[in-house]
Amino acid sequence: MSELPLLDVRNLQVEFKLKNGTVRAVDNVSFQVNRGEFLSIVGESGCGKSVTALSIMKLLPKRVAEIKADYVKFDGQDITNLSENEMRKIRGRRMSMIFQEPMTSLNPVLTIGDQLTEPLITHLEMSEEEANNRAIELLNMVGIPEPEKRLTQYPHQFSGGMRQRVMIAIGLACEPDLIIADEPTTALDVTIQAQILELLKDICNRLGVAIIMITHNLGVVAAYADKVNVMYAARIVEKGGASDIFGKPSHPYTIGLLRSVPRMDKKRGGRLATIEGLPPNLMAPPSGCRFKPRCPMAADTCDSSPELKERAKGKNHFTACFYSDDANKKGASIYVSDKDKFKPIKVKKDKPVLSVRGLKQHFGVSFRSGWLSSVSGTVKAVDDISFDVYPGETVGLVGESGCGKTSVGRAILHLNLPTGGELKFNEKELNQKSVALVRQDMQVIFQDPFSSLNPRMTIGQILEEPLKVHKIETDEVARAERVSELLTKVGLYPYMRDRYPHELSGGQRQRVGIARALCMEPKIIICDEPVSALDVSVQAQIINLLEDLQRELGIAYLFIAHDLAVVKHISHKVIVMYLGKVMEIGDSDTIYGEPKHPYTKALLDAAPIPDPKKERGREKIILKGELPSPLNPPKGCVFSSRCNFVTEDCRKVSPELVDFDNNHLAACINIEGGK
Amino acid sequence: MLAYTIRRILLVIPTLLAVAVLVFFVLRVVPGDIVEIKLAAEGGIISAEEIQKEKERLGLDDPIMVQFYKYMIGLPRGDLGISLWTENNVSEEIMSRIGLSFELAILSTILAVLIAFPLGTISALYRGSILDYVIRIITIGGIAVPSFWFGMLLIMLILATFGNLPPLGTISIFDDPKTNLYQMIWPALSVGYRYSSVVARMLRSSILEVLSEDYIRTARAKGVFERIVIVKHGMRNALLPTVTVIGLEFAFLLGGLVVTESVFNLNGIGKLFVDSVVRNDLNLLQGLVLTVATGFVLVNLIIDLLYAALDPRIRYQK
Repeated sequence: MSELPLLDVRNLQVEFKLKNGTVRAVDNVSFQVNRGEFLSIVGESGCGKSVTALSIMKLLPKRVAEIKADYVKFDGQDITNLSENEMRKIRGRRMSMIFQEPMTSLNPVLTIGDQLTEPLITHLEMSEEEANNRAIELLNMVGIPEPEKRLTQYPHQFSGGMRQRVMIAIGLACEPDLIIADEPTTALDVTIQAQILELLKDICNRLGVAIIMITHNLGVVAAYADKVNVMYAARIVEKGGASDIFGKPSHPYTIGLLRSVPRMDKKRGGRLATIEGLPPNLMAPPSGCRFKPRCPMAADTCDSSPELKERAKGKNHFTACFYSDDANKKGASIYVSDKDKFKPIKVKKDKPVLSVRGLKQHFGVSFRSGWLSSVSGTVKAVDDISFDVYPGETVGLVGESGCGKTSVGRAILHLNLPTGGELKFNEKELNQKSVALVRQDMQVIFQDPFSSLNPRMTIGQILEEPLKVHKIETDEVARAERVSELLTKVGLYPYMRDRYPHELSGGQRQRVGIARALCMEPKIIICDEPVSALDVSVQAQIINLLEDLQRELGIAYLFIAHDLAVVKHISHKVIVMYLGKVMEIGDSDTIYGEPKHPYTKALLDAAPIPDPKKERGREKIILKGELPSPLNPPKGCVFSSRCNFVTEDCRKVSPELVDFDNNHLAACINIEGGK
Repeated sequence: MLAYTIRRILLVIPTLLAVAVLVFFVLRVVPGDIVEIKLAAEGGIISAEEIQKEKERLGLDDPIMVQFYKYMIGLPRGDLGISLWTENNVSEEIMSRIGLSFELAILSTILAVLIAFPLGTISALYRGSILDYVIRIITIGGIAVPSFWFGMLLIMLILATFGNLPPLGTISIFDDPKTNLYQMIWPALSVGYRYSSVVARMLRSSILEVLSEDYIRTARAKGVFERIVIVKHGMRNALLPTVTVIGLEFAFLLGGLVVTESVFNLNGIGKLFVDSVVRNDLNLLQGLVLTVATGFVLVNLIIDLLYAALDPRIRYQK
């Protein structure tokens, strides 16, 4: 019995019948999961990984989804033809699921206790009291303090990380054999992600629960997975043990994917490697190998579909590529590398384009406390921050969400009026009046390429508008020419001017956002999480574009992001923020190579490196707890409440930034060697 | 919850006060003079003196602030002055009619909810089926067809089936509930059809929206019975927008059934409203507007409290 795999999927196929055609979202997918095993399914968005998971649980809408399979055996029993009620008895009892969005996955009108005890009462037929006791036990297990009190509360009283812990508790409630986790930490900060993943792995190891983890984060895969399935355009293109996939990838897509991720553990180089183009439209997929249009090794043979073949007998490493041996041997070199052609940009540090001194952004807030009374307080979103940005330089701003990094950008742009400090642009003072004069020179790129472009305007209209408003190009023909030029510059085509934003992909939209910022020929662009909504391969393309433009036009960037590897790759200088204050500031390579501040160290430890050997070998400090309320920050050092090296003195004085070496500053009283 | 309730109830007082002030002044802006209309109806030539005398008698020649003072002083005691036309007490005049309108509104609401909930739920759960289409045709009809016309059809139907009509002149529900209900059920049905259609469509779309939420998928992934998924996880969330629609429609019924009241020959608030406007009876009119506005405010209060009971996020909000 125990010889059998826990889950055995053979030729799973899922089709969605839509009004304008049929989409085969999962195409002949087969895989197995053994008891206690950790399988990761990776791939870019739209490749069918979530659909695979939902179809195993049979949670897809029956009206549009058709699931076929030779068999899906769960613990030896074929579940393909089970009735809805028989399937219901398995769901939540023997296999359960953790979803991506902790904010919307819990019912807002029911208490946590109600939602947590539901599977216990349904499946294990516990009495309400037994279920409550078990729920308290579960909340304890997932690390939620004061479980008795928490049971009576509602989801909106929990933070995102806490909600995801509750979801894990619900998933584990009936001690299932299999947990399917669909991007369980994508919406969370790296520090919280590390807590959640450690917790999940720990509990599942202890209880012998198998995990299928769906993710696009290769670092997470490297850190935890035993086995990996790489999916591309509805098919599995490579599967095998984690060490094989990362160590000896043999499908060009896997190789490209691994290469296009910026790495924290390597020195800054030139451009990122990319896979050109976009994943295919599944409504009309290319015949033959689906990766062919983007593959550097594509040949005529690839017009027929390659089968998933074992590379060597008994190795359990499968690849769907005619040239897998070749790909495996050549590795990264199959992609034309222009890495060497582009050296990192050197910055001349004479006159800063933007100078920030003691910037403060305090918000007054008030909220109801009693029957008719209210309490007011101040949130110090940005508290006394100073830095310079030189022409052609990229300054990275990192920190957990809520640390004030976006507020810095907004204060510089005067989208919120700064409440203190001094801002200088090209050595001229920047205030409420003068900002209008330099608006053209200071542009911004937003995070969400979907909502930051007006859906009712064509790309051409969007790009022409600022030219008209600022009277840069008054002639209509010249304006049209300028738009074509801009589109070409960001890697789009002039004919796209007549398209509407919804007709473009996320990456293309972000290119339009960049073109819109560029059309004013700015000196500095404030990039607020410009790539965090994009897939890995597209993310690399956009980062390269930003770097190329900097090389060509000498633009400076203030690059606000939470992805440490991306920030490291693109930035010359990095600022680490926590609760509105700067913790550490310095050169990118110095900060990542020799971090001084305990918070920087913890952040770096929390972000997984996409290399199983390095990732599993390194020692990590995992930060406990969550960001404290900015209304009531800890006394003394703001980081003292979560710091692993905290001393009595830390709670008394707020540490100053101390220069350690050549503009490498850190704010901590317990570091030796400050000048 | 208690704090929220008390805060919400206290808020009603300033709202009503503002309504009272607004009603008084807005109505004085309207041109026209009741004394002239009244005396003209009696015929003959009327001298300016006579008009002046009549105005003095009714207190209409007082400065506007004095009138306002008298009006505001009367309010807390429930004294709305006298009708300028019949010279009856306005409060009594309204009280004698409001019962009927109130009963009609309640009956229609009960009917509407009884019809709308099964229709809306079935329509949502069997989306795209023939049943759904039939229900949607019925409900779109309810919105398209004017209530009074549907009422006339009903009267003809009663005649054709029973051969007679419900007795004229309303009998109080406390005296003879059976006759009263027999009289009232028809207008209630004619209003309730439209009412239920609005509610059913709202319910259908909010159920559909809620069922596509992530937490419904979570509930299914827990292996909870489908019935519980829909009733416990779905309905409570879907009820929120539906409750608003029910409440607003109810408040509207308190004063807005002018034509239906005529068709069924009922002496409700609607008819009184029309009379007071035609005669320029300011005292009666402001009393009526105030009454209906109070109804609206109270119904909104009830909706808000229901909302808080259904949705914990509102209870704890600032």
